[in-house]
Amino acid sequence: MKFVADINIMPHKELLDPQGKAVANNLKNVGISGVQDVRIGKHISLNIEADSEAAARELVDTACRKLLANVIMESFQFELHEAEA
Amino acid sequence: MKFGVIVFPGSNCDDDMVHVLGNVMKQECVKIWHKDTQLEGFGPGDCIVLPGGFSYGDYLRSGAIARFSPIMKAVAEFAEQGGIVYGICNGFQILCEAGLLPGVLLRNTNQQYICKNVHLKTITTSTPLTASLASGQVLKIPIAHGDGRFYADEATMRELETNDQILFRYSTESGEITDAANPNGALYNIAGVCNKQRNVFGMMPHPERASEAILGNTDGRLLFESLVTLGQMAAATVAE
Repeated sequence: MKFVADINIMPHKELLDPQGKAVANNLKNVGISGVQDVRIGKHISLNIEADSEAAARELVDTACRKLLANVIMESFQFELHEAEA
Repeated sequence: MKFGVIVFPGSNCDDDMVHVLGNVMKQECVKIWHKDTQLEGFGPGDCIVLPGGFSYGDYLRSGAIARFSPIMKAVAEFAEQGGIVYGICNGFQILCEAGLLPGVLLRNTNQQYICKNVHLKTITTSTPLTASLASGQVLKIPIAHGDGRFYADEATMRELETNDQILFRYSTESGEITDAANPNGALYNIAGVCNKQRNVFGMMPHPERASEAILGNTDGRLLFESLVTLGQMAAATVAE
């Protein structure tokens, strides 16, 4: 079975995100007000071949923990769906 | 004492390091390609250096991909056996990603790559790298990085303090630890740490760029002298 995993990796809330802060300041400069906070992370998309959804889920979780995210500084979450044929 | 300098794709301070260790410090020094799987001929009295640079283009996170290079398994075993492992800048980032050192190095608070001389206050002198320095001694050594903001969670920070694992803190020329003297936003101005066993070291500043009079700065040389003088003895103790 083929799956697509959409992974979002975000810096921990307690960490200063200077990139997000810079963007938040610049939103004001382009006339957009009302944005109170900006946090910037990463989106990673994986195409997967696995025997079952559970196996695919485990594979993505392992990939995130071992390489894609560093849990000291960021957290991850993902959605898994079957790939369109 | 024998030194091995690991070369990752994207390392760019490897030649400077080999030059300082070989030509300035007059030590036996070889380059080791990251695809090698063994550290043959290296024992607990020797030192493996992970140099600065941009291994794998800093893709994903600084050091995140290099830490899975084939040689890193041998480096971890070497450290486990008491060998000295010393990571500078990108080497420090790789050691943190590998879990051989605590914490992580985040993007500098000002979002900029910073290349300049900074002052470092020596915190612990109970390591082979800092044993010949005086406690509180201030060194002037350059930094050159974009991801140098040391961070660890509270429990880890407490452990670093309790176990005296902090090597250096960014300070003023007179040794005051201030926010203004902190170039990258590192937690508690931390510029370098060691592991609990005191044989794995990491620091963001580049001592290899401050080891010759012709370069106008020789404070970095003090660290290499300390390593060479005391390294073998300390490493032998760790191995026991």
